[in-house]
Amino acid sequence: MAKAPRHSPRWWNDRLLWTLAALLALAYGLPHSTPVFAALFPALPRPVYLQEPLAQLLWQHLGLVLLSSAIAILLGTAAGVAATRPAGRAFRPLLEALAAMGQTFPPVAILAVAVPAVGFGELPALIALSLFGLLPVLQATLAGVESVPRPVLESARAMGLSPRHILTQAQIPLALPLWLAGVRTSVIVNIGTAAIASTVGAKTLGSPIIVGLSGFNTAYVLQGAVLVGLLAISADLAFDRLARRLQWNTTDTAGKTLLN
Amino acid sequence: MDTRPERWNPVLALCMALALGAAWGLPFVRVAPNRLLSGEPVFLWQWLPGTSAWVAAALALGLGVLCLALVQAHRRAVQASAALVLSAGLAALWLAAGHHASSVSLANQADNPLVRTSLGAGFWTLAALAWMAALDAVARLQLKTLPRLLLQSTLFAPLLLSLSAGQDLSIAKEYANQSDVFGPAIVRHLQIVLLAIAPAVVIGVPLAWRMTREPRLRETLLPVLNVIQTIPSIALFGLLMAPLAWLAVQAPMLGRLGISGVGLAPAVLALLLYALLPIVRSALAGLEQVPVATVTAARAMGMTPRQVLWHVELPLALPVLLIGLRTAVVQTTGLAAVTALVGAGGLGSIMFDGLFSAANELVMLGVIPIVLLALLADHFFKALGTLLETPAA
Repeated sequence: MAKAPRHSPRWWNDRLLWTLAALLALAYGLPHSTPVFAALFPALPRPVYLQEPLAQLLWQHLGLVLLSSAIAILLGTAAGVAATRPAGRAFRPLLEALAAMGQTFPPVAILAVAVPAVGFGELPALIALSLFGLLPVLQATLAGVESVPRPVLESARAMGLSPRHILTQAQIPLALPLWLAGVRTSVIVNIGTAAIASTVGAKTLGSPIIVGLSGFNTAYVLQGAVLVGLLAISADLAFDRLARRLQWNTTDTAGKTLLN
Repeated sequence: MDTRPERWNPVLALCMALALGAAWGLPFVRVAPNRLLSGEPVFLWQWLPGTSAWVAAALALGLGVLCLALVQAHRRAVQASAALVLSAGLAALWLAAGHHASSVSLANQADNPLVRTSLGAGFWTLAALAWMAALDAVARLQLKTLPRLLLQSTLFAPLLLSLSAGQDLSIAKEYANQSDVFGPAIVRHLQIVLLAIAPAVVIGVPLAWRMTREPRLRETLLPVLNVIQTIPSIALFGLLMAPLAWLAVQAPMLGRLGISGVGLAPAVLALLLYALLPIVRSALAGLEQVPVATVTAARAMGMTPRQVLWHVELPLALPVLLIGLRTAVVQTTGLAAVTALVGAGGLGSIMFDGLFSAANELVMLGVIPIVLLALLADHFFKALGTLLETPAA
């Protein structure tokens, strides 16, 4: 997602740091906060989620997202790059149509459909997250490689670069910002879908929410929701910073490659 | 780059190779003594010896057209026929499964009326491959946006026409069991989407208009909307539950209006907040791309600011606004499925019922209409956008 211009970088540093600190503090501190929640929710006999340590759920959530995103990024990028090569060009219209149409599919639907195929647990979550996360990466890779201006390609060719070098020295570096935007969408959506994945048996930060919803325990719901929200916001802030840094490096390297 | 049209179609080749593998290795349907067991697999090749001459002839004809399309990728008539064959193939898959289900039901009528024939991995894979190959064939026709969208939508027509042939399939039986719930679930789903989108437009568009006048508002509000968009749906529902429940207790009047921690209120409120970002952002982009000269000319003609807004700025911003509206509607249709978890109902409740009772076909009964609704909304807004853009350009 493209963002509007922001304030000075130093201000951002603090914000990411604070969100992360709040996330960790709450993940490790909430299990010890019974008096607070007992006061807030006097009607609940057990106002703090203690079935599993929340910190452990946080790491499991993160692990699921990291693994599925790694698969999605790897496959999506590979497919996207392959479709922009002469040999794979025939697949490009189909991949574009699939990436656009696939993203209209609700992530929950993919999650639900993965269960009949592989059963309950972490596996359907992993499959659904990888599959769904693949689409924005694929779309962004295609758009990124496409966005490289024709004069750049022509001058690279005129300089005598081989097609392979054109790909690695000009197309990939110049496509990186758009690609990163796709990766960002993919990861953020995956963090949210991983929370819903607790309905198919994966242990994530969604577990307190689901347990709370089925047991009318609003305190559990609140604890899970705050942690998932903070996790997603931290990831988004981290990507924001990465995108800024990349913007600098990219213009730098690509410029050097072509001017040297 | 080389843009010479290719003669052979590797996409179709890959789809056909995968389809052959799926027909051979994956169970096409499963026959189980009741709805909760997974059942005995039945493969497509097991039916080969029993096919009638007519079916064999139709299959040969279809395969012939596909093989022709394989080597004549540049001929539009051939690709159009291939799309037709693949669209009919989708219906044929359903007919074959339905036919098998009927014969199984008939044979077991006396001793086990509970017997179920459910669609297997083979069916779903073949259907997906046929659909993808058909999409590719349509893309090769290089049509304009509107006819292409229309053609893409009609790919499912033969399947829809032959729907009744599958009445003995497990998924049709689930539908029969749920028929009194199914209609209201769709209505509820649409209600949720409408209740979220309509206020989002009513709030979002004027907000964007204010933002074009006041940069400060834009600088403070857009980041907030961005952060809201980042928060996962289920977390946002959860975060809204506690305050809404508290509000309902504090003001019983609101409670009587149906505002409470569970149900429609948190669902619609969360979806509205999500829909705001794409709508505000696109309205902003739309209003900003209206040429200053046009607005100046309108003013010079003696139009009041209100007239300029209604007759010049908004109509010119509409095509861009529609892109954001499409994103918002498609996203809301999908997210409305999750609202079932906070008790808002809709198609999501059928899906989660199936998920929690391990009834796979019930899951599909919830998922398929959600996906179709999202696709339909996507196509509708894309078509509307093209229709609006043509006169402006």
